[in-house]
Amino acid sequence: MTDMPNHTTPHNSLLKQDARTVKRNRAETRFKAYGIAAISAGMLMLLILLSTIIGRGTGAFQQTFLTLDVQLLEAKLDKNGNRDLEEIKKVSTFGYAPLMAAAMEAKVAQAGIVTDLKPKELEDILSKDAAAKLRDFVLENTDLIGTSVEFRFLTNSRVDGYVKGRVTRESIANDKNINVAQLDLVDALRADGALEKRFNLAFITGADASDARPEAAGMGVSMIGSLFMMLVVLALALPIGVAASIYLEEFAPKNWITDIIEVNISNLAAVPSIVFGILGLAVFINYMHLPNSAPLVGGLVLTLMTLPTIIISTRASLKSVPPSIRDAALGVGASKMQSVFHHVLPLAAPGILTGTIIGLAQALGETAPLLLIGMVGFIASNPPDGIASGLMDPNSAMPAQIYEWAKRADPAFYERAWGGIIILLVFLVTMNAIAVMLRRRFERRW
Amino acid sequence: MKDNVISEMDVTTDKIKISANNVQVYYGENQAIKDVSVEIQDKTVTAFIGPSGCGKSTFLRCINRMNDTIDICRVQGDIMIDGEDIYDSNVDPVQLRAKVGMVFQKPNPFPKSIYDNVAYGPRIHGLSRNKAELDDIVERALKRAAIWNEVKDRLNAPGTGLSGGQQQRLCIARAIATEPEVLLMDEPCSALDPIATAQVEELIDELRQNYAVVIVTHSMQQAARVSQKTAFFHLGNLVEYGETDKIFTAPEDPRTESYITGRIG
Repeated sequence: MTDMPNHTTPHNSLLKQDARTVKRNRAETRFKAYGIAAISAGMLMLLILLSTIIGRGTGAFQQTFLTLDVQLLEAKLDKNGNRDLEEIKKVSTFGYAPLMAAAMEAKVAQAGIVTDLKPKELEDILSKDAAAKLRDFVLENTDLIGTSVEFRFLTNSRVDGYVKGRVTRESIANDKNINVAQLDLVDALRADGALEKRFNLAFITGADASDARPEAAGMGVSMIGSLFMMLVVLALALPIGVAASIYLEEFAPKNWITDIIEVNISNLAAVPSIVFGILGLAVFINYMHLPNSAPLVGGLVLTLMTLPTIIISTRASLKSVPPSIRDAALGVGASKMQSVFHHVLPLAAPGILTGTIIGLAQALGETAPLLLIGMVGFIASNPPDGIASGLMDPNSAMPAQIYEWAKRADPAFYERAWGGIIILLVFLVTMNAIAVMLRRRFERRW
Repeated sequence: MKDNVISEMDVTTDKIKISANNVQVYYGENQAIKDVSVEIQDKTVTAFIGPSGCGKSTFLRCINRMNDTIDICRVQGDIMIDGEDIYDSNVDPVQLRAKVGMVFQKPNPFPKSIYDNVAYGPRIHGLSRNKAELDDIVERALKRAAIWNEVKDRLNAPGTGLSGGQQQRLCIARAIATEPEVLLMDEPCSALDPIATAQVEELIDELRQNYAVVIVTHSMQQAARVSQKTAFFHLGNLVEYGETDKIFTAPEDPRTESYITGRIG
């Protein structure tokens, strides 16, 4: 007989893939390609986002300054010559303007710059904030009156924009705040070295400034506002959230009431933050009469918002502790509470900490509820003195400050908004890094 | 270790330590234990054998009220230890569990040092007045659990870093450190290799001198090796209870015989 089974049929050979296998492998390859494409798209977006933020925001950390020698004339600042602080305070910023104009004239003459600008126009390239800064300086150093002081003034935001390339000679055609002759002066002063772009610490530490002087605006006060709010959130949300989760997870009977509570906590985590804002407005401000714009109220609202996040993550980490540990503790005669606090909680701590920090980071970046309780206030004053008063004093918060800047007309504020985002992101990345570190550090295996 | 050899050690006392009468256990609607009555003697190893799901672990967990932690579990009937009803409303299960120690199926040392694992029970029960006394208790417990020589130089090392057999002996040390009177063991060797199993079995035999030991096991050879009394459970019923050698050589109930010869289970 010759009809032996044919072992070389492509159907049976392992060396050749059959149609089904080919199809299956193709599907798998396709799926992997989709995945890679999705990740690439995500990475690309992240890259675009980060490069845009850094590209646009770093400018805010630098500012154009002009260094001038100012004659602090006794005749102008302290007519009676008795250095009485009260009398010196009577000289307003307008009294300082002539000193600055004179200093500008002297500088122009010294540098040998030829210009037909009037003294007032010369002074206009300085920030409107400059006279106030000079006055503050004199009030602190009254003994320097009568001498000549080298002082570094902020320049006008238009000049700053020109130095940074945002403002051009063409774009100022209809701008009343600056003219071409002033830009010529700026070029000349730059060549002289008196006018230069340098790191501006005041952007990180300073207070907000009015529409007319964006160059003087800083994030400092809103950072303090955010810090106070985070303290309130941490002090309230962590103990309440952890205690609630421990009770629900370890002690509460499992019945329809706890089921409803559980469902509602999950739902609360998805409630839009503006709803918490309006709740805070109604309850804390209208009903309890807490002050508007205070970090205490902001902190309370953000606590409400953060609680579900903390409760959910704490419960998840309590759940992830193996039951054998609870059995072991109960088996040697520990009470329920001892087994939870001696054994379960320490094992769940890294997860609880991580959840708390993520919740805080989320609260730190939250803007919408703050709009409703008025934490978008314009706070141009210096930071409040004491920690206690800081909780009740009107303040802003970092994201609210960014929002505030972004909606103002002057492009100089726009740059500051991007800069503010960089600061906010630095905080968020730091907090997340701490969360990861804590988890690594305290994670124990069993 | 002698294998498949029926224990020839006699029961050394007649004193009844635990007596259960008409115990019924329900998980919600399901009845897991049906009318079980049994008397367990002091200074004896009693083995509970039976196929999976027959209720032997459930019954074991009734003896130290570990079933209390399960919401849907209900226990009826009474279980007496030294003549006291442990399900009396005046009994605090926490106090009971100090008297009735338990070793679990999977070694479950706390993720703490070896020393702290053993010292935890005495600490929470206030069994020592000072560090020296506590050191003493820990050393004694570890010695009785036959693990002292292996760990005496690294008492501060984590208990979870030990091998499986060592971990289980550490858990036994932890259980006996609180000076219990009864030791419950829920399949203590099921996660161990044969060598570790042999060590633990040897240990169980020594523990018999001080405690009433109740052990749940899947392995009939193990029951034969370590126990003096054996109870066979099937579908929630206690089918047969008696001297181990009698159960394994001349069982009265046909179900016991079928299980032992491998026909059911």
